[in-house]
Amino acid sequence: MSSRLVMLWALVLLCIGGAGVLLGTAVGSQGWQVWWGATQDPVMQQILWDIRLPRSLGAWLGGALLGLAGAVAQGLFRNPLADPYLLGSASGASLGVSLYLSLFGGSVLASAWLPRLGMTGAAFVGAVLAVVLTLMLARGVQQTLRLLLAGVVVGVVLGALASLVALFEPQVLQAMQGFMLGSTAFVGWTSCGLMALALLLSLALAWALARVLDALTLGEATAQSLGMPLRLARLLLVAALSMATAAAVAQMGLIAFVGLAAPHAVRSLLRCTHAGVLLLSALMGGALLLLADVLARALLAPQDLPVGVLTAVLGGVYLLWRMKSTSGVRA
Amino acid sequence: MLERLASWLILCMLCTAASAVTVQDDQQQLVEIARPPQRIVSLLPSLTETVCALGLCARLVGVDRYSNWPQSIQGLPRMGGGIDPNIESIVAQKPDLVLLAGSTRGIERLQALGIAVLRLEPRTHADVQRVLRTVAQALGVPGTEADRVWQGIDAGVQAAVQSLQPQARRQRVYFEVSPAPYGASESSFIGETLQRMGVANILPAAMGPFPKINPEFVVRAQPDVIMAGDSSRASMLQRPGWSQMRAVREDRICVFPPEQADIVVRAGPRMAEGARLMAQCLNRVSGGAR
Repeated sequence: MSSRLVMLWALVLLCIGGAGVLLGTAVGSQGWQVWWGATQDPVMQQILWDIRLPRSLGAWLGGALLGLAGAVAQGLFRNPLADPYLLGSASGASLGVSLYLSLFGGSVLASAWLPRLGMTGAAFVGAVLAVVLTLMLARGVQQTLRLLLAGVVVGVVLGALASLVALFEPQVLQAMQGFMLGSTAFVGWTSCGLMALALLLSLALAWALARVLDALTLGEATAQSLGMPLRLARLLLVAALSMATAAAVAQMGLIAFVGLAAPHAVRSLLRCTHAGVLLLSALMGGALLLLADVLARALLAPQDLPVGVLTAVLGGVYLLWRMKSTSGVRA
Repeated sequence: MLERLASWLILCMLCTAASAVTVQDDQQQLVEIARPPQRIVSLLPSLTETVCALGLCARLVGVDRYSNWPQSIQGLPRMGGGIDPNIESIVAQKPDLVLLAGSTRGIERLQALGIAVLRLEPRTHADVQRVLRTVAQALGVPGTEADRVWQGIDAGVQAAVQSLQPQARRQRVYFEVSPAPYGASESSFIGETLQRMGVANILPAAMGPFPKINPEFVVRAQPDVIMAGDSSRASMLQRPGWSQMRAVREDRICVFPPEQADIVVRAGPRMAEGARLMAQCLNRVSGGAR
């Protein structure tokens, strides 16, 4: 029964996503622009196929990655406030970007291999290394509290280092600001491919371990007594979480609240096991970020509002409303 | 037959070589430009001004939102700014060359979409001259024209230097670029202009062109004159200890209004005008105090 409901909602969210992609191809630098009549113009075709379509698809994929990462984090830490950036990946990515920019921003080393990695590569490596550092500081994944604290420490310290590097050069600081305001404007087909790959891998991994997350809701001792290989499972879940987050952050910059809000939105729709929550959170995150992106493009056209600003505002309002309505029920 | 084909091929290659140019950008990347670009997008105000100084303003089809000179570009479509360029608007203009700063976001994206991109970021006098030459080369303008424009700028700076009254020289200056605060050191183009005027800069070249400084550093250095852009007007005097500085008490401060600040802080063809504004400031404050 529950699984049929999950499938139904999955279908609904997928349809919203599909409609969003179509909508996304119809809105751009000139505001709303219906494209059915204009496909003869080669420039318009390039705009449709190489800019709007990958951008819309990328927004969906990135949102799905963040939604999935959020659901994994909240299940793993048994904390509804956990979000994808909890293990320090956001600060790690920022540090990677600021180091990259200050080392190669105006450099002569363009023929060396390191700059070829690009800003996205630097962000990805930074995000993954930050999670590895968190795991090392927490001495593994056994203790949730240690892991959380180590994540906070790594996040704060690496964030501070990133600011330090950026402060020395006004140009780097400016570019860093751009990175902090996550945006889907620079997503192309390559980025889409990378994000799709990361989504498939991390979703498969998390899905396979969904029963562990279910068991964890009963407490660690109970999960252990159920014969779950907790240590390995947690390590793999952290791997899925950090891969999903790093892929999204590297391609889009920092986008707030999607990872936090998507699992909450799913849980307010229906109650189901983690297998359902994981899948639906990914689909929900994709739909949320895509719709936010379409809105961000349309609101100030021809100016382009960075979507990270919009998700922060919308997500904040949504969580506040959830908080108010749930506390009202309890009172 | 084969011989004729071969000679034909060579002739063809020579033809294309004559019109194609390869220019090197500030990241040492070689950019090949097949024929002189007719549709140019500029994403940096100083580069917009450079194109116009070479007399090719009419070839611009889009600029960033901060470009505001000359008057004739006011009506051009805006393509966002350095940290949020609007890729779609740029592509929609069908540009054959995009001029931008190295720190601009989305450069890889533009290149992937098949758009020629030239990264240039002038910070010193020598950079301004080099950027003029590079842009001229890329746009198919003879190098002599670029040199002529540069000589005009250089002569303008020299005239500003000579307009300085004797008592205005040998002052110690602090130039604030933005209220973070970032200052202009001796190694920036602003510092170089001041140096030519024989004016001392409290920020040594070793700090890098535009260092972030501690406000206390300025209080300790006690500059004779403070110059700043309009954005610093509100916050500058609120900083602890600044109201007691000699330059502040004696009102030896020049805050450039927005349109003048744009001229003074852009390393571009209007550098001479910026030098003139700085010289005016130095003459005014030294005349008033003594």
